[in-house]
Amino acid sequence: MIAEIGHFALILALFVAIVQATLPLYGAARGYRPWIALARPAAVAQFLMVAVSFGCLMHAYVTSDFSVLNVAANSHTAKPMLYKIAGTWGNHEGSLLLWVLILSIFGSAVAVIGGNLPPSLRARVLSVQAMIAVGFYLFMLLTSNPFERLDPAPINGRDLNPLLQDPGLAFHPPMLYLGYVGFSMAFSFAIAALIEGRVDAAWARWVRPWTLAAWCFLTAGIALGSWWAYYELGWGGWWFWDPVENASFMPWLAGTALLHSATVVEKRDTLKGWTVLLAIITFSLSLLGTFLVRSGVLTSVHAFATDPTRGVFILALLVVVIGGSLALFAWRGPQLTSTGLFQPISREGALLFNNLVMATAAAAVLLGTLYPLLLDAIGGGKVSVGPPFFNAVFIPLMVPMIAAMAIGPLLTWKRADLGQALGRLGAALAAFVTVTAVVWWLMGEGALLGAAGIGLATWLAVGTLVELAERAGLRRAGGERSLGQFLRRLGRLPRASWGMTIGHFGLAVAVAGMTGVGIWKQEHVRVMAPGETIEVAGYVLTFEGAKQAPGPNYQATRGRFSVTRDGDAVANLEPEKRIYAVSGQPTTEAAILTTFWGDLYVVIGDPEGSSGGFVTRVYFNPLVAWMWVGVMIMVMGGLISLSDRRHRVGVPKGTRRGVAPLATAGA
Amino acid sequence: MKRKHKRLTFVAVAMVLLAGAVGLMLLAFEENIVFFYSPTDMVEQKPGPERRLRLGGLVENGSVEKAGDAVTKFRITDTVQNIPVSFKGILPDLFREGQGVVVQGHLIDGLFRADEVLAKHDENYMPPEVADALKKSGQWKANGEAQEKRPQ
Repeated sequence: MIAEIGHFALILALFVAIVQATLPLYGAARGYRPWIALARPAAVAQFLMVAVSFGCLMHAYVTSDFSVLNVAANSHTAKPMLYKIAGTWGNHEGSLLLWVLILSIFGSAVAVIGGNLPPSLRARVLSVQAMIAVGFYLFMLLTSNPFERLDPAPINGRDLNPLLQDPGLAFHPPMLYLGYVGFSMAFSFAIAALIEGRVDAAWARWVRPWTLAAWCFLTAGIALGSWWAYYELGWGGWWFWDPVENASFMPWLAGTALLHSATVVEKRDTLKGWTVLLAIITFSLSLLGTFLVRSGVLTSVHAFATDPTRGVFILALLVVVIGGSLALFAWRGPQLTSTGLFQPISREGALLFNNLVMATAAAAVLLGTLYPLLLDAIGGGKVSVGPPFFNAVFIPLMVPMIAAMAIGPLLTWKRADLGQALGRLGAALAAFVTVTAVVWWLMGEGALLGAAGIGLATWLAVGTLVELAERAGLRRAGGERSLGQFLRRLGRLPRASWGMTIGHFGLAVAVAGMTGVGIWKQEHVRVMAPGETIEVAGYVLTFEGAKQAPGPNYQATRGRFSVTRDGDAVANLEPEKRIYAVSGQPTTEAAILTTFWGDLYVVIGDPEGSSGGFVTRVYFNPLVAWMWVGVMIMVMGGLISLSDRRHRVGVPKGTRRGVAPLATAGA
Repeated sequence: MKRKHKRLTFVAVAMVLLAGAVGLMLLAFEENIVFFYSPTDMVEQKPGPERRLRLGGLVENGSVEKAGDAVTKFRITDTVQNIPVSFKGILPDLFREGQGVVVQGHLIDGLFRADEVLAKHDENYMPPEVADALKKSGQWKANGEAQEKRPQ
C-alpha cells in the first residue's frame, strides 16, 4: 500500500510540474498575475509530492518490503541499517528519485526565499525548473519505476553490491547530485534571462550563490568519490580518468569557469552572453554525466541500467534540453549587451583566461571520454583512452593556469599593470625557486618535474597569501602599519574575498598532494609468508599471518602486518579480503596508515604457495592526504564565500555592483 | 586599444589555447590510444611488441596456474583462438575461470604480458568488447543462456 502511495505521489508530482512548467511561463509573457503567482505554490507542492514518494521508497527499504522489485533486487534483511537507508539511492531508480527530490528542493527554495526576485523572473525560473523535472518524471514513470511490484514476493532480497556497502555511499551520491542539480538553478536562471532578454548585476547576484553552493557540493562529492575509490577498490589509486569520473569532472570544470565569470557579470556588467552560455554548458554537462553514468553506454560500478530504451529516452532528453537551450541562446543571446569595457591585462582578462582554460580542459576531457564511443559508432574499431592521454593533455593546460592564478587577483579591474603585479610577487617567485631546488636536491635527479610541481604549488600558495596581505594593506604608501591594525583590517575583509583566498590556497595544497602521489608513488608486489618482511619507504612490514573473521553479512580473511620504523613499532595494519554471503562476491579492503608525509597502503590477495603465504601489494603514496585536505579547504573557501552578507537573503535590490562598504562587510 | 582590437586579442588568445590543446590531444592520441583485440584478431594481425594493447575474452577453463612470485599465467579465449597471458600482482576480486576479462599490456613473442587485468564490478558483468568478440566467433548465444541460468 505504501509503495502505491509513493507511486501515486510521483504521478501527482508530474502533473504539478506540467502545470508549473506552462502556466507561469505563459502568464509572465502575457503579464497575467494569477498565473505568475501560481509558480510558488506549485514548486512547494511538487516538493511535497516528491518528498512523500521518496519517503515511501525509503520506508520500503527500511522495512525490507521485498514485494517491491527494486528492494528485492538491491537489499537484504541482513544488511546493516545504514546501508538499508543509503540503499534507497544505491540503485538506478532510487538514485533518479533522489535526483528529482533535490531538484524539487532547489525549486521550492527559490519559491520560498526568492521573495526579492522580480515576480516574472521568478515565475520563468520555476517554469524552466519544472520543465527539467517533467523530463525526469516521465523517464522514471515510463522506464524506471522504483515502485514496481514483484509477485510473488521473495523471502529475501539479492543484496546490495558489496562494493557499495560502505559509509561513503551514504554521502557520495547525494553530494554529487546536489552539485549536478544545483547547476540546474544556474541553467534555469540563464534560460529565464534569455526569455526576458535581460542580464544584470542583480541577476548575477542571484546566480552566483546557487552556482557556488552547487560547486561546493560537487567538489565535495567528487572528492568523496575519489577517496572512496582509493580505500575501497584496493588499487592504490585515487583518480583513474574513468568515464564516470570524467562525467562528474566536466561539469566541475565548466562550473568553476561559471563561478568566475559570474563574478565579472556581477561586478563589471560584462561577459554576459558568455556567462549565460557557460551556465547552459555546465548543466548540459551535468545531464550528459547522468546520461553517461546511468545509460550503461559506459560500463562501470555506476552503470546500474543497461536497458536500451532508457538510453534512448535520456538521449532524447539531452537533445531537447541542450539543443533547445542552445537554439534559444543563438536567438536571444545577441540581445545581451555588455557595458563594461576592459583591457586584456586586467582582472576581467585574468578571469576570462581562467574561463578559456577551464572550457578548453572540459572540451579535452569530453573528447577523450566520448572518442571511443564515436570511433566505435563509425566502425573505426574499439579503443580505450586511458590516463596517459588525459595526463598528457590536462597537465600542460593546468600549469599556465595555476601560474596565472597567483597573478590574477593582484590585477585591478578594467586595466592593470602586469609588471607591477609581478613585482609584488617577488616573495612567491623566491619561494618557487627555493622549494623547487630543495625538493630536486632531496629527491635526486630525474625528479625535476615533481620538484617543479611542488614549486608551482608553493608559488600559488605564497602568491595567494601575498595578495591577502596586500589587500589588508600590510604596506601603506607611507610605510608599514602596526600588526594590530593589519589584523583588524584582515578581519574586516569581506567573506567573499576570504573565500577566494582560502579556495585558491586549498588548490595549492591539493596540487602539492597530486604531484607527490603522481611522481613518487611506490608499489611493491610480493608473495609474503608469515614472518616475512618487506621494506617500503623506510617502513618495515612484517606479515604475522592471516585468520578468518566473520562480519555481519560477509566472511573475511584478515591479514595482520606489524609496521616498524627505525625499530620502533608504528602500527598494525589489517587488510581484509571479504566474501559476501548473499551474492558470493568478493571484495578487497585495504589497510591504510595515513601520515603527514604519505600513506602506507596494504592489500592482500589470494593465498599462494605451501607456507601460508599471500600475494601482497604494498604502496607508499606520498602526500596523498594533502590532496583530500586541499580539496576540503577549497570547499571551506566556497562555504565562507557563500556566507558573505551580499549573498544573504534580503539584500536590498538596488546596490549597484554589490560592493559592500569595507567597514560593514563581515561585521 | 579599440574595442575591436581587444576582441581580436581575446580571440587570438583563445585560438592559441585551442590550437595548443588540439596539438596536445593529437600527440596524446597518437601515443596513448589503446586498441582492443580479440584473441582471433591478435592471432591474425600479430601486432608488434612496442604498442600497448588490450585483449579481451574469457579466461579459459583449467588454464589458470600460479607460477610463483605472485605471477599468474592463464589463457584468454574467444573459443576459436587463445592467447597465453602472464600477470604479476593481485588479480581483481572477480577474476575466475570462465569469466570475461580485459587485460592490458604488450604482446611479446606470442605471450601477452599484462600489467593490468580488468574484471569489473559485478559477477554477471560481461565487458562489451568481450561480448562483441564472442558474438563474432559465434559463441555468444550459448554464453548468454549460461548467464541467465546463473542462480540469483
